[in-house]
Amino acid sequence: MRIPTPLIEYALILPMLIVFAGAVMSVGFEAFISNKNRRQAQIFLTISTLALALASLVIIGNTFSRSLAVEGTIAFDGPGVFMQFVILLTSILATMIMAERKVDPAGDAFAARSSAVAGGQDEAVVTKMGLVQTEVWPLLLFSVSGMLLFVSANDFLVLFVGLEVMSLPLYLLAAMARRKRLLSQEAALKYFLLGAFASAILLFGIALTYAYTGELNFGAVSAGISANNNAAGLLTAAVALVAVGLLFKVGAVPFHQWVPDVYTGSATVVTAFMASAVKVAAIGGSLRAFFVAFGGYAWDWRPMFWAVSILTMIVGSIVALSQIDVKRMLAYSSVANGGFILIGFASTSRAGTAAILFYLLTYSLATLGAFALVSLVRDPSGESNNITRWKGLGKKSPLVAGLFGFYLLSFAGIPLTSGFVAKFTLFVAAVSGGALPLVLVGVVASVIAAFFYIRIIILMFFSDPDPDGPVVVVPSKITAGAIAFTSVASAVLGVFPQWVIDYASSVSVFLR
Amino acid sequence: MNLILLALVATSFIGALLVPLTNKYFKWNPKITAISIALITLALSLVIGVNFDRSSSSLTQFDFKVNWIDVFGISFHIGVTGIGLVLVLLTAVLTPIVLWADFHAAVKRPVLYSSLILLLTGSANLIFLARDLFLFYVFFEAMLIPVFFLIGIYGGVNRSKAAMKFLLYGLAGGLAMLAAIVALTLIATSQLQRSTFDIATLSQSISLTSTQEFWLFVGFFIAFAIKAPMVPLHTWLPDVAQEATPGTSTMLIGILDKIGTFGMIALVLPLFPNTSAQLAPWIIALAVISVIYGAILAIGQKDMRRLFAYTSISHFGFIVMGIFAFTTVGIAGATLYMLAHGLSTAALFLVAGHLIKQRETSLIANYGGLTKVAPVMAGLFLMAALSALALPGMAGFVSEFMVLTGVYQRYQLAAIIATLGIILAAIYMLWLYQRVFTGPENEKSSSIKDLDKKEVWPLVPVFALLIVFGFWPQPVLQTIEKSVENVMQQVSAQDPAPFFAVENKEQN
Repeated sequence: MRIPTPLIEYALILPMLIVFAGAVMSVGFEAFISNKNRRQAQIFLTISTLALALASLVIIGNTFSRSLAVEGTIAFDGPGVFMQFVILLTSILATMIMAERKVDPAGDAFAARSSAVAGGQDEAVVTKMGLVQTEVWPLLLFSVSGMLLFVSANDFLVLFVGLEVMSLPLYLLAAMARRKRLLSQEAALKYFLLGAFASAILLFGIALTYAYTGELNFGAVSAGISANNNAAGLLTAAVALVAVGLLFKVGAVPFHQWVPDVYTGSATVVTAFMASAVKVAAIGGSLRAFFVAFGGYAWDWRPMFWAVSILTMIVGSIVALSQIDVKRMLAYSSVANGGFILIGFASTSRAGTAAILFYLLTYSLATLGAFALVSLVRDPSGESNNITRWKGLGKKSPLVAGLFGFYLLSFAGIPLTSGFVAKFTLFVAAVSGGALPLVLVGVVASVIAAFFYIRIIILMFFSDPDPDGPVVVVPSKITAGAIAFTSVASAVLGVFPQWVIDYASSVSVFLR
Repeated sequence: MNLILLALVATSFIGALLVPLTNKYFKWNPKITAISIALITLALSLVIGVNFDRSSSSLTQFDFKVNWIDVFGISFHIGVTGIGLVLVLLTAVLTPIVLWADFHAAVKRPVLYSSLILLLTGSANLIFLARDLFLFYVFFEAMLIPVFFLIGIYGGVNRSKAAMKFLLYGLAGGLAMLAAIVALTLIATSQLQRSTFDIATLSQSISLTSTQEFWLFVGFFIAFAIKAPMVPLHTWLPDVAQEATPGTSTMLIGILDKIGTFGMIALVLPLFPNTSAQLAPWIIALAVISVIYGAILAIGQKDMRRLFAYTSISHFGFIVMGIFAFTTVGIAGATLYMLAHGLSTAALFLVAGHLIKQRETSLIANYGGLTKVAPVMAGLFLMAALSALALPGMAGFVSEFMVLTGVYQRYQLAAIIATLGIILAAIYMLWLYQRVFTGPENEKSSSIKDLDKKEVWPLVPVFALLIVFGFWPQPVLQTIEKSVENVMQQVSAQDPAPFFAVENKEQN
């Protein structure tokens, strides 16, 4: 029997290949480079790999016309390229803040050996030896390559592979925090168990989809759905299960319980990565699956997205009200923002896609900057995440407090910040898609959310500082650079969003 | 393309950056820099005021327009109407005075303070000039932030709570308006086949069904009724006025709250003329309630600053009445009222501010018999109070009279009830004066220092304008005449025929 060789358009998947290659090389570095130089080498490799991938993405994005690649399993289309761009950009910024070792006197943000029992003898020995955790970097690269695959997947199997390649390193990354290690390990275990469960459900959904249409390719599934009118129950079950699997990754209510725990337990720099790049990937993959594969069935799944979107916005905003831990608060804010993005799902239009793309870019940059700032506010025991301890921070370090306040205003959707423009474009798209009630709920949720963002601003600026309160550590130039980039980008996108909005609308068509 | 409006707006915003930068790098005195910038704005707005063509019936003058967000048809479009010009001038006059007064009161962190005030001025000017709905909204919301910090950083003991209350009320109103704006542009897009936020286009070329118009009206009106506090959405104002510095209160009540009533004239009437006309009796009723309720509560206040806040609620009732009377006299009177109220609020808050600063309390019971120790202060305070209670010869009288006349032409009962507000105003103002400045001396009153020259001079222009416009309101009325006619045309309203003139006509 002759097996035909699949046609692979290497050029169109070059960014992914570069990141995969970088990840493999990074594993090699782990084995062959001496303890002393390894950290430096790994960071250099990671950043240059991601930068190279980004450059190649820009080049091929401007060179090749949009088409399906690798036997139709990978889509090289506008939204795909845009989201790959956002993922690579945020990953580079996340790498920059992960490389920080100046803020914590003990070293970088990661436990020297995460397998050592917390507080045990082994840990003491490792610390004494001065070992440095460098496995973070290959894990990060693998995760990024999985994300790139996930947002371009045009086939359910590729989607699933992308999801797993993206998620498995994340479970490990979550466990590696240097401080509060038990919390970190607990978070990782929770994330892994729930994540595995969600993956299984997704796989089940994919199986049912295959049972219904006999296809796995998104385009073929879509054609299969419109050709077949029988046994709609099977299809409904398939769509529902796929939705559960994907919405888990998005962190939408009621599949959000892992978000606060994992965001709080992980090292803050890892949380920054999760809240930005991973969130973009999760939304991106779901967007293509629902708009392309299940696009013809939109009439039936739209009500579900309405319900999930409303629940997510309301629950995320209300529960955030009672949080006193900054990271937990930002985690719920991330959940609520996911709800806002789902408004765009419910409108299932080109404008909706463009609005989601713009929202993802602005939100991921702002949230990355916000978490980076959280990692700078410290007391002797590590990060000081209790919000009441941030009292009077505006007087002690006006710059950090001012920037954090700016991000909070952006999350609250105050005009002249990127967050406002993003919400505005989304609302316009949703209303034109007939989702006015969702916009009204979004407006109410925004007011509720504004309350807790503003509460933090009041605490930072209008109260006097505690004498023994936390201090802001001056980070290295590279972290400061990352924060400066996200801040400037957030401000510029708030005042002059036109070019990016134009671009997002011009690339908002999915290939089928 | 005329750049002068852009220059006017840009001066404030650039100034807000310039003050901290020149202070940091060249050690310039922030107070002098800030006041100079405010004076430049004043000069620019006077130039605009002089060159404004009062006989032209075009909707706006000195238009400046560049595209902003093309996908949605959003442009940065500013242009000045007669009504807008009056408010721009009011802002320009009050800003340097407020800066001076609070600097003189040794406000802490003057650099930040100047920046915030200048940001507020710039945003307010942009709002008065905006001809694009999106632009209007953006600064309508964005200006909450500088005020929020002005209250929260510089305010009294309960400043955090007051700041939070202010911001949440503002945001809630703004978001209601946002929902309405989004829906409105969508309707516009489907009718015009293109997306636009141009206010003139939206008001002229869009036809709304009555249900649509009703709900859009509600969204806009809630936002503006919170800003120009109308009962029952007024509760934030007394709390804020009690905590904020006199300067902040002046800017807030004198200028920022005017955005609410300005928005009613500039947006609500032209965009939703039919619903406005239908709901006018209800809004007039609400306004009358505001007039009376605000006045009665003002009488009952124990705290001077809360008292001023309630008087403002009463006065905003008058302004809203004038607007929704749909008569030329009413709308013109309402505009003049905004000017007069801005000036008399400034006078009240700034004079009282000097008093409150010395004793660090604004409780009326802590004062008494001040005429003897502080005669200048007492005299000025009395003048400010008389202007606020609309004594003939003060600007407040002309405008209140015009509003009541305008309202009487259509709603006799409302006008008659609202007249009670004038009597109540005499009670709360004169009784306040009596308790604070006359009567037996409070034991601590002897330590109160009278106003010195540095404190009196900045107040001179305010009082001068109050008296000038009291006797000679023509400059203002001429400025707004065409603008008011335009508004009347947009709502296709005609003044009711005078009662007696009708009979004469028939005889002829």
